[in-house]
Amino acid sequence: MSATGIGAAVRRKEDHRFITGQGRYTDDVNRPGQAHAYFLRSPHAHAKIKSIDTKAAAGMPGVLGIFTGDDLATDKIGGLICGWMIHNKDGSPMRAGPHPALAQGKVRYVGDHVAVVVAETLAQARDAAEAIAVDYQELPAVVDTAKAIGAKTVVHDEAPDNSVFNWHLGDKDATENAFKAAKHVTKIDLVNNRLVPNAMEPRAAVGDYDAGDGIFTLYTTSQNPHVARLVLSAFIGIAPENKLRVIAPDVGGGFGSKIFIYAEETVCVWAAKKVGRPVKWTADRTEAFLSDAHGRDHVTHAELATDAEGKILAMRVKTTANLGAYLSTFSSSVPTYLYAPLLSGQYDIPAIYCEVDAVYTNTAPVDAYRGAGRPEATFVVERLVEITARQLGKDPAKFRMQNYIKKFPHQTPVIMMYDAGNYGASMKKALEIIDYKGIGKRKRDSARAGKLRGIGFSSYIEACGIAPSAAVGSLGAGVGLWESAEVRVNPVGTVEVLTGSHSHGQGHETTFAQLVSDRLGIPIDNVSIIHGDTDKVQMGMGTYGSRSGAVGMSAIFKAIDKVIAKGKKVAAHVLEADEADIDFADGHFSVKGTDRKLDFGSCALQAYVAHKFNGQELEPGLKEGAFYDPTNFTFPAGVHICEVEIDPETGVTRIERWAAVDDFGNVINPMIVEGQVHGGIAQGVGQALLEGARYNADGQLVTASFMDYTMPRADDLPSFDVGMTVTPCPSNPLGIKGCGEAGAIASPPAVINAITDALGHEDIAMPATPQAVWRAAQKSVNRMAAE
Amino acid sequence: MATVSLTVNGKAVTANIDPRTLLVQFLRENLRLTGTHVGCDTSQCGACLVHLDGKAVKSCTTLAVSVDGASVTTIEGLASGDTLHPMQEAFREHHGLQCGFCTPGMIMSAVDMVNRRGHELDEKTIREDLDGNICRCTGYHNIVKAIAAGAQAMAGGSLKDREPPRHAAE
Repeated sequence: MSATGIGAAVRRKEDHRFITGQGRYTDDVNRPGQAHAYFLRSPHAHAKIKSIDTKAAAGMPGVLGIFTGDDLATDKIGGLICGWMIHNKDGSPMRAGPHPALAQGKVRYVGDHVAVVVAETLAQARDAAEAIAVDYQELPAVVDTAKAIGAKTVVHDEAPDNSVFNWHLGDKDATENAFKAAKHVTKIDLVNNRLVPNAMEPRAAVGDYDAGDGIFTLYTTSQNPHVARLVLSAFIGIAPENKLRVIAPDVGGGFGSKIFIYAEETVCVWAAKKVGRPVKWTADRTEAFLSDAHGRDHVTHAELATDAEGKILAMRVKTTANLGAYLSTFSSSVPTYLYAPLLSGQYDIPAIYCEVDAVYTNTAPVDAYRGAGRPEATFVVERLVEITARQLGKDPAKFRMQNYIKKFPHQTPVIMMYDAGNYGASMKKALEIIDYKGIGKRKRDSARAGKLRGIGFSSYIEACGIAPSAAVGSLGAGVGLWESAEVRVNPVGTVEVLTGSHSHGQGHETTFAQLVSDRLGIPIDNVSIIHGDTDKVQMGMGTYGSRSGAVGMSAIFKAIDKVIAKGKKVAAHVLEADEADIDFADGHFSVKGTDRKLDFGSCALQAYVAHKFNGQELEPGLKEGAFYDPTNFTFPAGVHICEVEIDPETGVTRIERWAAVDDFGNVINPMIVEGQVHGGIAQGVGQALLEGARYNADGQLVTASFMDYTMPRADDLPSFDVGMTVTPCPSNPLGIKGCGEAGAIASPPAVINAITDALGHEDIAMPATPQAVWRAAQKSVNRMAAE
Repeated sequence: MATVSLTVNGKAVTANIDPRTLLVQFLRENLRLTGTHVGCDTSQCGACLVHLDGKAVKSCTTLAVSVDGASVTTIEGLASGDTLHPMQEAFREHHGLQCGFCTPGMIMSAVDMVNRRGHELDEKTIREDLDGNICRCTGYHNIVKAIAAGAQAMAGGSLKDREPPRHAAE
């Protein structure tokens, strides 16, 4: 392994600009003549718009234009789309209402977009928005996930009972029969709490229109600028793709929330032509809370059946998933194909049946948030398994190992074909790291100090490397989920790699360069990674679903193969040898059995100088592209163990130890991978202990700032002990499984299992705030006193 | 309109501004110093943190006119020419950043922490003192390591292989 090659903890190439304040985020972009947009948002969760009077506002200082949904309709600008078609159990398509970028006739959640004011300054745009008179007829709101179906209030006429779809997966009869034969059945009711992703950079957009060439440019906070361009062109109708450039420069975190195509960016790029000026909008944090797609929000009943020996026989799950007031871009896929296929976890479960009701409510749209469906599935599986072990009087680690899948490939009853893994190895390593043998003593020590100590396990699996195009197409996806790469070798042997993946914290500029440096045998500083601009990179599907390593880098790998193959042809001419006799290793082309060789840079120069061959037999130049379509999902898996201590007098839960052992397949940069694990755990701990988006009964979001919504801070978290095991992924050339979401998937059940272990009962919901834990702990203290 | 005069990263600046202008807007929009970010508007996240007369302030809730005559240091003014500040180096060395958006505020906050609490910072101290800065990417694990190492480096120590002592103060 070289100091900068595959497997090395290379310090990040992109960091210099971030630590010196030279990052280039969307709000840092300023175009000549730029004006500012302010969105007037609905103060009501549900209302008819009887009229909008913009006359007074239009005459206010600095105002360049005020637009409403009618103006978009006049220009034939289409609504926002949901790109994944789900079918009901009866085979009929899901029921989706329209999703205009600016409301038409009705508002459906607090923060819904009513009008936009474009003015010389942001302050002028805000002032003018206050002067817009909107006559609302308020309607009752439906907010509660569990009560949406059949509620008197109907969010969309297209879904008269608020049901978007009623979907299922698995063999119902086989599952029912297995339950009938079971010795023990565990039953639980769970709420997977609604979260706000809260990337630290709020969403932003700058729209620009070049009247000379009729070209629109949109700078936007996107995880997938090419998908944004595709949707804005083909569905929303801003402009044909060749007249629309989308640039996602440095993006300050995404976690899923910046996958989707939103109203504000649509309106900014359209309005730039309307007012003849560049138009900028940046969300303030409360706008982000109100209008970013939220995550999770499931209500679930689940049951697990076991035989007399503790072997798991079957699982059945009934979930209601809140999709909010409109269907966001990939919302329908999250509680379906990203959820139910993960219900087998790491376990050999012969029969599984899952039924999902997706509902409309008068709340912000809900879509993918770090893990997207897989954290929800893991929470169901790992709470069920933990409680079952406790009810059977079995050690939770041993009970898991008893039921682990041990042979691969393994076909689950819910679509997935697991290709490789060694779950027992991860468990054993995690038990060592956490010092499981010492937990009894540590619990006694805590008890002597008046504290409650508990330990909680989570054996998670996720399906990543999203995803084989034909497979997702058959499940309803509107796009293929391959990735593209282009490797451009310059005449002096430096390399630019253009990738359809997008980096918003993942460190692609380093990791991808390590791959290129390693394979071409050139210094890492000679490699530049280019991404996030549709004028530079031809096409791409972006970054989400832990796909950039497994899919994005595999595309680069394929393109490098082609560069080497072309290089061999060039070298054969230069070295006057047969192409079949040319080898490439350590940055040199050489002739087998001789000392004749040509370094990579010289080969590149010869390819462009083109003096040694004629153009009929070999094209000049050295530039190759590739599209990589994965053949399977990848299956990262691991074991996280959390140890907590609760102070029953205050209800405060302190995380005392955290052991994470993950199998991500082969690792390119362990420093970056561990960083992804840390961040994922923190978000999962946030869900378990601190975070919860709360609407009141009227549909007002009462947690709409960092003063009301508790983000994890440094003193809420411990340092983490991170270990790894490796079973290479057999389905891609690099053996990579992906690591971006694992921590967020694994951690919530580990925390809640630890808290319930400490409490001695299961009666706690997420977030387990000090108040909730204090109430729950009183039961435990009273019981301990009685004993 | 109101006149405001400041020294920003060692340079004198004077401007005629709307009195509503926040310090962060003045830095970002008037001076085009876009390294200072806005993450929450409510003094919670610390992405906007700068040094005002040598002390950490949240520039998103500070009116520019209210600090007339002050000296401001932003992330752009922390390095000495091409030589990075030891805390900047520490964040890179210890992978204390991912998306980079909170990073300028984190680094400015860390330098202020060292100025107030010295060079020997244990994990508990760092975590408690970092309460005014939110990061969504790193889980703070490597930020804590970076600050401990950066604090030592500011005293002239080496950056490599410095793990923060866990709860050394207890």
